[in-house]
Amino acid sequence: MKNDFSSVNPAAIPDIQQHSSYKAGYGIRRAWRVFPFLVAAVVLVPVCVVFASFLSLDDEIWQHLIATTLPNLLTNTLWLSLGVIAGTALLGISLAWFTSVYRFPGYRFFSWALFLPLAIPAYVIAFVALGTFDYTGPVQTSLRHWFNSDLLWFPDIRSGPGVAIVMTLAFYPYVYLLSRDAFLTQGKRLLEVAQSLGFTRRQGFFRVVLPMARPWIVAGIMLALMETLADFGTVSIFNYDTFTTAIYKTWFGMFSLSTASQLASLLILIVLVIIVTEQRFRLRMRFSENRKSARVERVPLTGWQAAAVTGFASTVLFFAFVLPVVQLSIWAMDALTVGLDQRYLEFTWHSVLLSILAALITCLVAAMLAYAARIHSDGYTRFAIRLSTVGYALPGAVLAVGIFIPMAWLDNLLSDWIEIISGAETGLLIQGTLTVMLVAYMTRFLAVSYFPLESALQRVTRSIDEAAAGFGITGWSMLRTIYLPMLKSSLFTAATLVFVDVMKEMPITLMTRPFDWDTLAVRIFSLTSEGQWEQAALPALTLILTGLIPIILLVRHSET
Amino acid sequence: MSTLLKLDRISHAYGAQAIVNELSLELKKGEIGCLLGPSGCGKTTVLRCIAGFEPIISGEIWLNENSVSRAGFVLPPEQRRIGMVFQEYALFPHLTVTANVGFGLHRSTKAERAHRVAELLQITGLTEVANRYPHELSGGQQQRVALVRALAPYPDLILLDEPFSNLDVSLREYLGQEIRELLKKLNITAILVTHDQAEAFAVADKIGVMHAGKMMQWGGAHELYHHPANRFIADFIGQGILIPGKVMHPDKVETELGTLTGNIYHPDHSSREIAGSQVDVLIRPDDIIHDNDSSLRAVVIHKAFRGAQYLYTLRLTSGQNVLSLISSYHDHAIGEKIGIRPQTDHIVVFDRLNSQ
Repeated sequence: MKNDFSSVNPAAIPDIQQHSSYKAGYGIRRAWRVFPFLVAAVVLVPVCVVFASFLSLDDEIWQHLIATTLPNLLTNTLWLSLGVIAGTALLGISLAWFTSVYRFPGYRFFSWALFLPLAIPAYVIAFVALGTFDYTGPVQTSLRHWFNSDLLWFPDIRSGPGVAIVMTLAFYPYVYLLSRDAFLTQGKRLLEVAQSLGFTRRQGFFRVVLPMARPWIVAGIMLALMETLADFGTVSIFNYDTFTTAIYKTWFGMFSLSTASQLASLLILIVLVIIVTEQRFRLRMRFSENRKSARVERVPLTGWQAAAVTGFASTVLFFAFVLPVVQLSIWAMDALTVGLDQRYLEFTWHSVLLSILAALITCLVAAMLAYAARIHSDGYTRFAIRLSTVGYALPGAVLAVGIFIPMAWLDNLLSDWIEIISGAETGLLIQGTLTVMLVAYMTRFLAVSYFPLESALQRVTRSIDEAAAGFGITGWSMLRTIYLPMLKSSLFTAATLVFVDVMKEMPITLMTRPFDWDTLAVRIFSLTSEGQWEQAALPALTLILTGLIPIILLVRHSET
Repeated sequence: MSTLLKLDRISHAYGAQAIVNELSLELKKGEIGCLLGPSGCGKTTVLRCIAGFEPIISGEIWLNENSVSRAGFVLPPEQRRIGMVFQEYALFPHLTVTANVGFGLHRSTKAERAHRVAELLQITGLTEVANRYPHELSGGQQQRVALVRALAPYPDLILLDEPFSNLDVSLREYLGQEIRELLKKLNITAILVTHDQAEAFAVADKIGVMHAGKMMQWGGAHELYHHPANRFIADFIGQGILIPGKVMHPDKVETELGTLTGNIYHPDHSSREIAGSQVDVLIRPDDIIHDNDSSLRAVVIHKAFRGAQYLYTLRLTSGQNVLSLISSYHDHAIGEKIGIRPQTDHIVVFDRLNSQ
């Protein structure tokens, strides 16, 4: 197209709304209004299905549950949650404070290295911990040799505190990430205010910095808590019964899908409390200024203080990242000398295929949602989008049950119809394919891809749209020449995040995969449930390597 | 009145990079000082050295005749009795106005604290918003809260870091006067840091112009304008252009504009000592007046409307430019030749830089 400015009639520009392509787009605008509600419905269906399961209570199983497992589930969940809250708060806040305000040997390295444990799925840390510190593990074995006794004093790692420690090591980075953000933006400055008002540095930290950072800290802890409640792999490796393992066992052990959904609905209620808490604190974060101070000089630490801080950070990093990676490498070498697991490549291919498909679908839906929010910026659309993105809080085990049930129903309905219409017996069409898994992934990870895309789309301001329309560029050519180039890197980020999350995902994959269709995560589950740590090491290392990609993106982003 | 604050040739550096170089100043009790300079000149660092947030590598800082900073020693900020108002105010977002202001009164009893807070809020007209949170306040209100929070514990000295930079330009002058009145009423000694001359002149008794970590001159506004200590000050404070000239007589200078008559001021020498030497003469815009009858002619090459006046940039025959403020009734076109006449009774001269 020739850009002949003189031929543009200036009077035509204000009338752009009347332009023919806008008129033709009226129906499309309607479609964009409906779309977010459709997505919200997909997300809400599993929740409703799970709650609807109370319509058919299986008395026998429930009496059994109430008598035996339910009290145990509740106390286990409570203690585990308290342990993770205390642990992640302690590690996350202290490490964030040290790395954002002080100068000590290696502070620059630790600033980013302490994010690294995010790359390791909790269940991998869990089985490494078991394999290393269990009775037959290398640590206890060598200690027994050393002392020549039976080590009765050695704590049993396969216990409640053991699970809490493993999850703390896996999830403290959430608290670290968010509180560090708060400390970096205003920590040092508020400390100076407190000092100029006559408080010592220590008083300033407890009386000013900590209360100010409370919204960030609570938000971080709530994220860690959501991960804890959603976790399936860690607790099943430790044989520590929580709701997620109970859902799995009632479904695949007692074959009572309705009891599984009833348990799932209890878990949703607990999660709901956490979401509400988290949202309330998120709101308060907005009121605080979030500006980086021009030049923040770090407070130098010397002598034993510097040594203590460096030692502390190194210890955490050692147990949460170095030890797992080293131990896995040793095991993987051992396993490889015996020979590569024949099906390793098959599992990897399954994981990668599944993750790519999920990333594509999720990003497409997320991008469409973000665009719908741009066209209709009213309260209804915003509400529908918020509903669409709550899936990240729903534990995978809950989604697995809640999506499997309606899909199975649909499947039966379909095959019945086809039989009636054509007389042919088709069997099941949806089960046995990847559909259930992909829908569940999309539901769970939509938020992960939505938020980067939405913030990127906000950078394409309305005046850019209007400027393009002024040159006669609309519709597809606008998408191609303006949106795609401006969103490219965010689309990449969003897809990467989903890709990695699906690679690591365990409960949804385990419960809704087609028969014998194993992925790396499923393989780790079945190997570790038999204590075959060496064989599980290579799949685990593969997952860690992919998990490092978003961490690198994150570190790059936070450093610049 | 006694000296409250004394900086004696202090220096500060980040690593090898010198930020403040042998800087001295003195402030009496009740005086308002100002550090004025472009960004990056080290003025905020001086403020942070006074507050005790930064160490100094040489020199000494005296507060109430006590040494508070010297090489190898920094009295902690919390023991200095110095209040600080930060550039971005740094109000506590989770506390109300009352709680913010009362925060530094942790050593007082509850009743004393409540009384002091109420008194300060009343003086500054913040009583109405006492129970609001910082994000519910306007920029000007936030600034006042930051100021009274620093004032509450009866500090000996208040430091203000670019206090107006977050506010609308239209508010600045008004708030500057308001703060000056408040500080004078409470007899508070204060130092502010700014890059804006108008702000400095509106608020301060004493102004120190800084450049590249050095104090170029420390004095009142009148002194800086009329008795600049060097070419930097002459250029930085107000407007003006240096033109070559020759001192003929203790009160006469020969220039392209003709013979200027008036008190000759040279920062280092008496006018008698420099008689006969080549100098550069500072010509301010108000030194040149418009006169149609004058034989001295100049070409208008630029003009800027200033309301009552135009600021004309005029080119003399030699190619030398001068500035002139001329009533805006006289609207001359660019390129036009107009008659001008120098009118000086006070002439600032400097040694000629590259005299042939």
